[in-house]
Amino acid sequence: MIRFDNVSKTYPKQNRPALRDVSLEIEKGEFVFLVGSSGSGKSTFLRLLLREERASHGAVHVLGKDLARLSNWKVPQMRRQLGTVFQDFRLLPNKTVGENVAFALEVIGKPRGAIRKTVPEVLDLVGLGGKEDRMPGELSGGEQQRVAIARAFVNRPLLLIADEPTGNLDPQTSVGIMKLLDRINRTGTTVVMATHDQQIVDQMRKRVIELEKGRLVRDQSRGVYGYQH
Amino acid sequence: MRAQFVLSEIGVGLRRNLTMTFAVIVSVALSLALFGGSLLMREQVSTMKGYWYDKVNVSVFLCNKQDKETSPNCSKGAVTDAQRNEIRSELKQMSIVESVQFETSEQAYKHYKEQFGDSPLANSLTPDQMQESFRIKLKDPEKYKVITTAFAGRPGVQEVQDQQKLVDDLFNLLNGMNYAALGVMSLMLIVALMLIVNTVRVSAFSRRRETGIMRLVGASSFYIQMPFIMEAAIAGLLGAGFACVLLVSGQYFLVNNWLANRIDVINFIGWDAVLAKLPLVLAIGLLMPAFAAFFALRKYLKV
Repeated sequence: MIRFDNVSKTYPKQNRPALRDVSLEIEKGEFVFLVGSSGSGKSTFLRLLLREERASHGAVHVLGKDLARLSNWKVPQMRRQLGTVFQDFRLLPNKTVGENVAFALEVIGKPRGAIRKTVPEVLDLVGLGGKEDRMPGELSGGEQQRVAIARAFVNRPLLLIADEPTGNLDPQTSVGIMKLLDRINRTGTTVVMATHDQQIVDQMRKRVIELEKGRLVRDQSRGVYGYQH
Repeated sequence: MRAQFVLSEIGVGLRRNLTMTFAVIVSVALSLALFGGSLLMREQVSTMKGYWYDKVNVSVFLCNKQDKETSPNCSKGAVTDAQRNEIRSELKQMSIVESVQFETSEQAYKHYKEQFGDSPLANSLTPDQMQESFRIKLKDPEKYKVITTAFAGRPGVQEVQDQQKLVDDLFNLLNGMNYAALGVMSLMLIVALMLIVNTVRVSAFSRRRETGIMRLVGASSFYIQMPFIMEAAIAGLLGAGFACVLLVSGQYFLVNNWLANRIDVINFIGWDAVLAKLPLVLAIGLLMPAFAAFFALRKYLKV
């Protein structure tokens, strides 16, 4: 599903690499936490998965494709098999909940009939059934993140990438979001989630990958947030 | 591709940037109107050239009795029969001459009367005040200089006058105006292009949320760029439409209803020439902003 072979990434005009010689493999259906302090390289790791950036050294394979060899015009096709969720939700404030989810399908040219059928289904799945016509501004943070997850999942992606999805939410709401992500994971979708939330990582007991100053310092199955060597 | 979705995005974009869109439309309209105008001007000059070059002559005016006092070339008095015959036979032998016509002073007087009628000046003239002249038609009107060098300053010749030189002055003036119009047009065109680039930049910035999401969910770059390009193309097409209106009304009001009534020695270009330019103006108005937007997007919109 995901394989990093000695991956390094140095941004232009910066001396210190953001990622240094990282090698790891993530299997299909896994749930992986990516932890580390700010500036440890988590975001770079996720950006490499999305091919927003390319590795300076080494090879990144996602969904069986070497991203270095993937031509630019094929990138959108690859991203359609990924779902992404962010800390700041990234919803369109002038579109309703339903339209926000539909937007993801419209812009990849899905027929209208299919959109009309799929959107309520996926909103039901994330627990927002019947809130299709509400505006994002009227919803709580947790509900907004559910909309974002619905949008990420509406294409039934093979891989869901979440960048601190609970970063803006209170602990109780966060638990709800984690349950939802866990349920999505059980449908067979691989989930990679970057987080600072110790409680969640400790509760879930999933695989934990820790980065520190760009290096992979820990890769532990059923791990916890802090150091446990 | 869902046409309705793309169209609604374009509408939103155009309305959001209304002032900028308006500026683009106006500058495209003006530059294309100038472009079309200078194309038509060029056509006008070339039809005029064809029309006039057929009619113009080189004239060799001969001295008459009165010229003795007024013209230094004629200080030896009126032209003699021998001189006149010599000039005539020389002209007939020149290979560049197509035909030679002799105009007697009587004929010159008659032509003058025809042209100026009963004006006080015309009434005071007598036939023997008019000059005799050879009217020469050249095979190649550009070679008038040969005649000038051969006959100017000769005994009995008062003046060699080339009418082409007179009309050429007019054509040069028109051509100069044409180049000035083209210069203004290129300036306007640059302004229009910069406005389009700026509009696209603002538009891309105000929609970075949407385009960011489109990118993440895997919309193709074509799909992401299309609304921006179409916006520029539609604004450009509207501008080109206004340019066409300007050209057509210019032909109708300025040429057909005003100039043509006042100046009847010029045959003005007709509707067919104007209408033939309109598709070109529209095509440029559509394509040029679209390309400008496309190149602006490469800089301002990450896909």
